[in-house]
Amino acid sequence: MPILEVKKLTLRFGGLTAVNNLSFDMDENSIVSLIGPNGAGKTSAFNCLTGFYKGSEGDILFQGQSIFRQKPHKITKLGMARTFQNLRLFKDMTVLENVMSGMHSRTSAGVLGAVLRLPSQRQEEKKIRQVSEECLDFVGILDKQDRLARNLAYGDQRRVEWARALATHPQLLLLDEPAAGLNHDEKDQLVDLIRCIQKDLGITVLLIEHDMGLVMKVSEKIVVIDYGQKIAEGTAEEVKNNPKVIEAYLGKEDEE
Amino acid sequence: MVYSVGFKDRVLETINGKKTRAFFLSLLIIIVVLLPLGVNNYVEEVMTNTFFYIILALGLNIVIGYAGLVDLGYAAFFAVGAYTTGILMRYGLNFWLTIPIAVIFCVIAGIIIGGPTLRLRSDYLAIVTLGFGEITRITARNLKITGGASGLVGIQRPTIFGHKLYQITDFYYTFFILVILAIIVSLRIYHSRLGRAWQYIREDEDAAEAMGIDPVKTKLYAYMIGAAFGGVAGAFFAVKMTAISPETFAFTQSAMILLAVILGGMGKIPGAILGAVFLVFFPEIFREIGQMRMLLFGILLVIIMVFRPQGLWPERKS
Repeated sequence: MPILEVKKLTLRFGGLTAVNNLSFDMDENSIVSLIGPNGAGKTSAFNCLTGFYKGSEGDILFQGQSIFRQKPHKITKLGMARTFQNLRLFKDMTVLENVMSGMHSRTSAGVLGAVLRLPSQRQEEKKIRQVSEECLDFVGILDKQDRLARNLAYGDQRRVEWARALATHPQLLLLDEPAAGLNHDEKDQLVDLIRCIQKDLGITVLLIEHDMGLVMKVSEKIVVIDYGQKIAEGTAEEVKNNPKVIEAYLGKEDEE
Repeated sequence: MVYSVGFKDRVLETINGKKTRAFFLSLLIIIVVLLPLGVNNYVEEVMTNTFFYIILALGLNIVIGYAGLVDLGYAAFFAVGAYTTGILMRYGLNFWLTIPIAVIFCVIAGIIIGGPTLRLRSDYLAIVTLGFGEITRITARNLKITGGASGLVGIQRPTIFGHKLYQITDFYYTFFILVILAIIVSLRIYHSRLGRAWQYIREDEDAAEAMGIDPVKTKLYAYMIGAAFGGVAGAFFAVKMTAISPETFAFTQSAMILLAVILGGMGKIPGAILGAVFLVFFPEIFREIGQMRMLLFGILLVIIMVFRPQGLWPERKS
């Protein structure tokens, strides 16, 4: 059974159809990329999957369960985490505190536990800290855990976002343009990291990306959309040679 | 001026050092504990009043400072607490038993006001809470059970271990203990999963929601806990005053508590305390100059807010 099934997803804003009848599947533990020219509807589709936009029609099944028009925090709790295209860190909190936010939906201590410092609450706090440190270690910035998020270099801020998403214990991780703003070396490290997330943690990854080099290198399957519609689907080789894709990116040759 | 900068840093470091802080804190507690031995009833009365406002300011600090929600009707919660205790004691219930009931009623009031309104943006929330405060006061004014416009009178004084809380010194210590409890509860909640969730939402609500935090539920908790603080303070207020009337809970009361929190510095416990102390002390100290003092008070508040919009208590540097 696929981990994610998008079925005839349509999103309209008034008269504009941002996503039109989009369908695709994702196999468990695979890396899939959603690509398309600027304004093709990638981010709109992404926001429907994560619950930030409410789709107009269609259905989205995550592990066989419908998450169509669900609230974002419920989708996260079901095991789907996301990162943001423009960094959305909690800037005035420490790096560790940022990552600890990911554990929120995996823990349950309430007011009484906190006020009375019950043993279960203290145990849970320890666990939250420990998992968050592991996530920071995984992305390689454990040494910066006590710094304020706003004081970190851009590349490291990206890493905080990944660590934070990983701390939610996702089965499916959605990355919204993770390479944006990274330099060449950092992009190479990103490729390694995405592969580690897949192999070592067994997490399925969906990428939305502009950087074709990165997409071609890392994806097992690529879904190409244009004007909100799927125009191609397949491996990197297949997609690269698809005339429709070339047309979407480079334009049509004049027929004279 | 390198020397003076270095000197200032050293002084700040000494003041902020853990040991010095513990020393000043214990000194402060000792002074407060021993104070009733050396002063007259008037000072004790002012101090007790200060303690009372500190509890309310700490409660509102949870709503405004921690969760970042505007509340212009906080006195309503304090009214629910005071009236619940006043009415139940009239029916012969023991004072100590009315406290949990007052808290429950306040939490329910918190849910009633928060549930439908927390989806609103903060400016609308301000108006709704303002309305809620007025509704509560006018309801109290018009119901028979709350004693109408004249309110409740002759509320019994409570006893503890056979000792009747009667003199101002009794209430001085009672409210002081409540202040300490309020500080401990605030601190513990702030450094917990819920306290962090409030911060995440305040910093970036979308990102917090993407991390699996339910914003509405988390904000509702802030209202409920803030309301509970108001309820406890209200219950003790009722037995201290032995009489309560609707006008005690007018908008100026909510504004006063709000002022204490903003003046001291939102989200900071010492700030809320400082704000409350300032608000109670100032009019008392300048009692001599009569009505002029409120004018002076207003001008001073404007000056403080212009030059220290972050509040009186200093920001912790990172």
